[in-house]
Amino acid sequence: MTTRSQTRGGLKLETHKHRSTMRPLRAARPAELLTLPLDQHAGAAARPIVATGDLVALGQPIAEPTADISAWLHSPVSGRVRAIEPQPSALHPDTPSLAIVIENDGADRTHAANQPFDFSNAEPAAIVEHIARGGIVGLGGAIFPTAAKLARAPAKSAHLIVNGAECEPWISCDDMLMRERASEVIAGAKVLCRAVLAEHCTIAVEDDMREAAQALREAVEHAGGGIEVVEVPSIYPAGGERQLITTLTGLEVPSGGLPQDIGILCQNVGTAAAIARWVHDGEPLIRRVVTITGSAIQEPANLDAVIGTPLSRLIADCGGFATEPAKLMMGGPMMGIALPTDQFAVLKGMNCVFAATLRDIQPAGPEMPCIRCGSCSEVCPAILLPQQLHRLALAGEVPELDEYGLLDCIECGCCDYVCPSQIPLVERFRVAKPEVLRYRTMRSMAPEARAQFEAREVRLARLEEERRARLAEKRRSITSKP
Amino acid sequence: MLTAALLAAGFAAALASVLARSSRVVPRSTLIERINDVLPQTQCGRCTFAGCKPYATALAEGRADINHCPPGGDTTARTLATLLDRPYKPVDPQFGITPAQPVVAWVDESRCIGCTKCIQACPVDAIVGASKFMHTIIAAQCTGCELCIAPCPVDCIELRPAQASQLSLSS
Repeated sequence: MTTRSQTRGGLKLETHKHRSTMRPLRAARPAELLTLPLDQHAGAAARPIVATGDLVALGQPIAEPTADISAWLHSPVSGRVRAIEPQPSALHPDTPSLAIVIENDGADRTHAANQPFDFSNAEPAAIVEHIARGGIVGLGGAIFPTAAKLARAPAKSAHLIVNGAECEPWISCDDMLMRERASEVIAGAKVLCRAVLAEHCTIAVEDDMREAAQALREAVEHAGGGIEVVEVPSIYPAGGERQLITTLTGLEVPSGGLPQDIGILCQNVGTAAAIARWVHDGEPLIRRVVTITGSAIQEPANLDAVIGTPLSRLIADCGGFATEPAKLMMGGPMMGIALPTDQFAVLKGMNCVFAATLRDIQPAGPEMPCIRCGSCSEVCPAILLPQQLHRLALAGEVPELDEYGLLDCIECGCCDYVCPSQIPLVERFRVAKPEVLRYRTMRSMAPEARAQFEAREVRLARLEEERRARLAEKRRSITSKP
Repeated sequence: MLTAALLAAGFAAALASVLARSSRVVPRSTLIERINDVLPQTQCGRCTFAGCKPYATALAEGRADINHCPPGGDTTARTLATLLDRPYKPVDPQFGITPAQPVVAWVDESRCIGCTKCIQACPVDAIVGASKFMHTIIAAQCTGCELCIAPCPVDCIELRPAQASQLSLSS
């Protein structure tokens, strides 16, 4: 089944995945110092539960969630807490965030309390609670705490989609994971199915990932079936949550809504594998597959790295730089974040380190005026009008931006890619979004706030009147006394 | 003859109504309502008036300018400029800074002494609690007006970003 009649836009990009999939998946060499920022998931930052100087074991919880949308953090090695201090974080390279720095003693003493969990007879809520304890977050890019997402999933008859449609042209970490550890992905999918009582489960891969699809099909057969493996056309951004859902089911996630609104739950294959390791082996989310690629890397490869490993170590593991990179990024060229140096650590959400030479990236010439060619509207997978949005964003027309659906922009970068005038559209949209969100919140809250305010005014006036009446009554009773 | 007179009267009436519209003769009470609809209803009083409706009244009576509302930001200033046919001005920073993202107040419940001062200050009744009992903010109703922060004798209230669902690309 390869349908794409329901989706629009997108780009057929030249793929560079083979560069990093030529070599087998291997473990990265352990580092001496590991840096673990406390805010490496969506939502509120975690709170440390260890102190400087404490001994920690591999897999021991070191920070706890502070809110509904927050996540546990575990020590990826055994050793000693060197410091709890601000450190640079690749999620926001300009502002450091509080991080736990751990000295690796190399002994790999494991935390005894982490045990396999028997989910086959467990209540869905207990499974979700257990997944939260494993510090599992969405590894596809949004780094949203998985347990929070599951808790918001529809109560029953859900369709679980496990997303292996890795569409960024250079990233291959999910591809490698599915090729080499398909059984983990399937095991994780089974846990997820049980956690949300899903009736259907589909694993989606792109149609150019033959090996991964084959490995998954074999693993499904081995695990007793019940899961469908579907190949979707490799048209960027095929793996965008909303785009994938439309491709697979023909249903559209409503604007401003979530997949759960149409009875669907989407999870990344890496997340599924992490859940399998936590539930079956008692290993929390302390490592992930990272693609180290780009023409500036000597031997591009996929490494199984523990969270907190310095990027410089991973790059050295891949033979170091072949040439000075023109641009270093976390993530792929379409949606990645530019990093000023390699002095950052692996995060739960880091799928790729992309060290590009000038040939790898779109030449960024000077920005020219919009010529209204409309190419951006043709490629927009969210069916928006980027040129119109751009005009409105420059003019600061916030209500109109909302009306034209700016908040539905998934920042995939297709419009930037095709713009003949080299306008940094996504960058402009990213800047305008908080303002639109603020406006929308303000408008949606205004009627209630107004009613509350007016009710309070009425109440205060009534209380004042009652007080005056009481005083007047008292005065009368005194003066009327004989 | 009669038809002509009727036609003339009809024209006059139509002309009068067009004239009335072009010179924006709007009854003041409805103008206040229309301005109030544009305002964010934060009720923060940063415009120096006691809430959004008093500011709307002052605007309608020409006693205030359009750029006194930091929570509304430049968006509101722009809309007000169009509505009142006055030149647009960005928000005057003397009234405050427009917050970059929606915020709500948050009570550190371990430090709250239950003095009820914040409850009295809240313009939208978004704080629950009683004397000598812990208070808490109803985040869904809090407008982030900051009026509860100054009265707190133990400084246990702070502003936090409002929770927003952020799920986009999962690949």
